[in-house]
Amino acid sequence: MSEQTFEPGSQAAPTAVAPRSSSPLLTVEGLAKHFPVKQGAFGTKALVRAVDGVDFSVDRGETLGLVGESGCGKTTTGRMVVKLLEATAGKIVFEGRDITRFNRSQMRALRHDLQIIFQDPYSSLNPRHTVGKIVAMPLQVNGINPPGGVKKRVQELLETVGLNPEHYNRYPHEFSGGQRQRIGIARALALRPKLIVADEPVSALDVSIQAQVINLLRDLQREFDLAFVFIAHDLAVVRHFCQRIGVMYLGKMVEIGDRHQIYEEPAHPYTRALLSAVPDVTKIGEKGRERIRLEGDVPTPLNPPSGCRFRTRCWKAQPKCAEVEPPLLQIGTGQQVACHFPETGPIA
Amino acid sequence: MTATASSAATSEVQDDRPYLEVDDLRVQFKTEDGIVRAVDGISFKLERGRTLGIVGESGSGKSVTSLTVLGLHNMARTRVTGSVRVNGREIVGLDEEKVRRMRGRDMAMIFQDPLSALHPYYTIGRQIAEAYLVHHPGQKAKAKRRAIEMLDRVGIPQPQRRYDSYPHEFSGGMRQRAMIAMALVNDPSLLIADEPTTALDVTVQAQILDLLDDLQREFNSAIIMITHDLGVVSRVANDVMVMYGGHAIEFGSVDQVLTEPQHPYTWGLLQSVPSLRGNAEDDLDPIPGSPPSLINLPSGCAFHPRCAYRMIGGGPCDLEVPELLPTAQEGHVVACHLPENERRRIFAEEIKLGAE
Amino acid sequence: MIRYLVKRVLLAILSLVAVSIITFILFFAVPTSPAYVMCGKQCDAHAIAQTEQRLGLDKPTYVQYGEFMKGLVAGRSYGTGELAVKCPAPCLGFSFRTNEPVTDIIGRTLPVTVSIVVGATVLQLVLGVGLGMISALRRGTAFDKAAVGVSLVGASMQIYFFGPILLLLFVYTMHLLPNPGYTSPFDDPGQWFVQMLLPWVTLGFLNSAIFARLSRAQMLETLSEDFVRTARAKGLTKWKVYGRHALRAAITPIVTTAGLYFGASLGGAVITETVFGVNGLGRTAVQAVNDLNLPVVMATVLLAAFFIILLNIVVDMLYSVIDPRVRLS
Ligand SMILES: Nc1ncnc2c1ncn2[C@@H]1O[C@H](COP(=O)(O)OP(=O)(O)OP(=O)(O)O)[C@@H](O)[C@H]1O
Ligand SMILES: Nc1ncnc2c1ncn2[C@@H]1O[C@H](COP(=O)(O)OP(=O)(O)O)[C@@H](O)[C@H]1O
Ligand code: SF4
Ligand code: SF4
Ligand SMILES: [Mg+2]
Ligand SMILES: [Mg+2]
Repeated sequence: MSEQTFEPGSQAAPTAVAPRSSSPLLTVEGLAKHFPVKQGAFGTKALVRAVDGVDFSVDRGETLGLVGESGCGKTTTGRMVVKLLEATAGKIVFEGRDITRFNRSQMRALRHDLQIIFQDPYSSLNPRHTVGKIVAMPLQVNGINPPGGVKKRVQELLETVGLNPEHYNRYPHEFSGGQRQRIGIARALALRPKLIVADEPVSALDVSIQAQVINLLRDLQREFDLAFVFIAHDLAVVRHFCQRIGVMYLGKMVEIGDRHQIYEEPAHPYTRALLSAVPDVTKIGEKGRERIRLEGDVPTPLNPPSGCRFRTRCWKAQPKCAEVEPPLLQIGTGQQVACHFPETGPIA
Repeated sequence: MTATASSAATSEVQDDRPYLEVDDLRVQFKTEDGIVRAVDGISFKLERGRTLGIVGESGSGKSVTSLTVLGLHNMARTRVTGSVRVNGREIVGLDEEKVRRMRGRDMAMIFQDPLSALHPYYTIGRQIAEAYLVHHPGQKAKAKRRAIEMLDRVGIPQPQRRYDSYPHEFSGGMRQRAMIAMALVNDPSLLIADEPTTALDVTVQAQILDLLDDLQREFNSAIIMITHDLGVVSRVANDVMVMYGGHAIEFGSVDQVLTEPQHPYTWGLLQSVPSLRGNAEDDLDPIPGSPPSLINLPSGCAFHPRCAYRMIGGGPCDLEVPELLPTAQEGHVVACHLPENERRRIFAEEIKLGAE
Repeated sequence: MIRYLVKRVLLAILSLVAVSIITFILFFAVPTSPAYVMCGKQCDAHAIAQTEQRLGLDKPTYVQYGEFMKGLVAGRSYGTGELAVKCPAPCLGFSFRTNEPVTDIIGRTLPVTVSIVVGATVLQLVLGVGLGMISALRRGTAFDKAAVGVSLVGASMQIYFFGPILLLLFVYTMHLLPNPGYTSPFDDPGQWFVQMLLPWVTLGFLNSAIFARLSRAQMLETLSEDFVRTARAKGLTKWKVYGRHALRAAITPIVTTAGLYFGASLGGAVITETVFGVNGLGRTAVQAVNDLNLPVVMATVLLAAFFIILLNIVVDMLYSVIDPRVRLS
């Protein structure tokens, strides 16, 4: 949905409307979450550095994807953004307001604009509530009585996500995984949010159903000009849904850029390795092609490597990588990369 | 290949016939809701050194097929008919004790979720050694040596020390490696991997697939790779069987099935998966509806309620179950009522895959 | 581990102190004075006052509590001057009724109760767990259905109903067993065994019904676990799959329940002792409560609490031995 201000010939934005390009919807700076845990036979305390200083921003109506291996901190980041988790350090700015230390009642007002969709379509819906009640919950909690009544609004929402409005009185167990995920989406849409954090919304679904849900999310995104923080481990799904992509590794953002930058000319060795590891049907017959093979596993976030965290698996690592942590800097092709020796050129 | 009636009781490899022959296999479960026809008439053959990929959405009968080959169903509530021959020996109806002796050596299995598939209370090493001892009773010291050797072989660092680790102390990828070590400890001739990488990250998945490749070359085993990920199939399989609602609907070489598919469901699957190539702005082309219930399968072609090319209203699609019939290409079989030239035309003109 | 143990022991001591305080407070909440109960027929105000003084009941509650605790830790002496009676630590005082040192009463009755509870626990575990496991493995068969039926009946049966029936049947009618009672197993193990048999069966059989149901459910759940399927896929024999893989996993929650059930067994022992007229700790405790016999009440309550807490610690330790994922901290 394009705004008036961008139309050729229009002079200046009406004063009431914030200029779009100058202030992102969401800005995250130095966000960190450290979980205290007990370890070993003596219960010594240690810190899991689940997220350790992450910066990114999301514009209105923009979709940002977060990708990375299991345990790299995607979910933790998403939960901090919607304030389901308290950040250990850093700043979350939403629509120009610092919401990092917002309390419950302040957050309640924000829930209008900030919603989350969960991964598991089975456990994220209360089995004892009807679909109608589940979807109406955000409206009721916030004391909203839409024109035409709650029920009418809920039925509209069900229709929006491709469910039959007559399903209003059914229970979650009567639905398939894909349908349940639609219910979760309807619930998130109920308050017409500006930003939705979607944590692996299609990972638990079958391929044919997954495609249906991705299409639905794309339609909704365009229709309501929604912004998304879309968390997934499937790089092809993210490529399809997101305009910009952030790649995380062990609690850090290692590369962030637009679709072309990340998928065609990735600069961080880890991004290249990830892409190279994806088995792609369309690459059939290229069995002999060069693949980047990473050795070993992701190190533990209890004790991340010094300097660049990827250095234990990186084939380009130099002594400098162990000594100096590479900052996230913009490079020639436009994306931001945290690597001392970024790769250049398109991928093979 | 003609199946002879002689059921050789030896574990000797017979190279003149496929190692695994499945013929018209049917598996039914009695449940409170009715009879689940989980597998309904499946046939395939697999030779040593080759990999068969079985793809299909969840509930299409992939796991049930594989469990049947190992004879792992609870026979009190399961009805198995048809024939499963492993190394020439019929498994269906075979005495439980005899099947048991074949498990682990004649055929072994890797499961999807290695955390729940390993016993939480025993060390990794002990569980692997235990598998060795089944077929080498009494050789405790040898079993331990062999377990360490296998841990090393599948790429676990410091295998000596890791022998004494518990599953929960391993990462997901290491657990799956340990599972593989356990399955391979007796050099099985047939390895069934049921979604072995579904729970893993892509980088680890790539490692595991490489490992299976290497091991196959080394031991010349036959592998069945069960997965819902077409990318994985394209990467490892020689032949592919596509399953839908307990039926095999297309079978052929990996090139035939993935680059010239002839079944509308296979087209749908291929079009549903987002790709790393092609125009990302294009909408995906999902199959409408959802997979059928196996208790109450749609009449005729089970796919017809979701098929864009169905011929119903007097047509055969909702009336007759299509048979798996040969196509012009050798080894490529398809179960669809559409005439072959029509299928070829539709695929060439209407089906766009992510590659463009 | 050591740290954990120290922590648990300190916590246990704290709990015991709390239990003793609560018992004291409850005891003095009763309006009747023990002295009144004790002085019998020729009771006058003077006699009561004298008794109260002799028992130390005239002092404020907290002083009495302090003295009790001091006696427990360091010993104390009763009375003054010539008449003073030494009571070395751990002093639990003297019975208000018989003037017998409470430690002697405990020493006499504790073995009885321990015999009953331990025997019944062994029985309920062997019988209950065994029955449950077998019916899980033979799910749906006639054996399973019968076992489920029996355990349903057993779980709803009461000791004071079941005990007398057994007594009537085996002792009075068939004369197969002697009257239940207690003989030290060190003196005559055979006699100990036959005399204890009925209390064991009564208490153990009823509890075993509960364990049978629990074990059956646990085992069924475990049998559907992925690792059991893996064990079968390896080619292990049925008995190794059941014994080594399924049983090991199923037994963990049973151990926990058994530990927690110990408290219930103590309660059951009280009734069992009463039904069979065996002089154990339970019967003594009930008697003492009726007599307002504070020292005996204190001692029995503390002892019961001590055993329950001890068993909880043992169960937790066992848990960490059985399940390597459990780290004590
Ligand atoms: N409550 C917690 N206590 C301790 N550690 C935690 C907690 N929650 C998460 N972690 C750890 O923080 C790290 C990041 O977890 P997170 O769930 O954000 O990963 P993720 O990127 O979403 O992974 P996945 O792809 O598996 O969902 C992991 O190492 C995880 O084990
Ligand atoms: N033991 C069982 N009892 C009843 N139904 C079963 C049993 N095992 C599998 N099924 C059913 O059989 C069908 C095929 O299952 P499965 O082979 O596991 O599917 P997948 O293709 O996802 O591996 C499913 O509908 C499943 O619910
Ligand atoms: S900084 Fe060094 S170790 Fe890290 S990704 Fe770049 S080259 Fe590799
Ligand atoms: S048989 Fe008919 S319904 Fe089935 S796939 Fe072919 S065209 Fe579609
Ligand atoms: Mg996550
Ligand atoms: Mg399966």
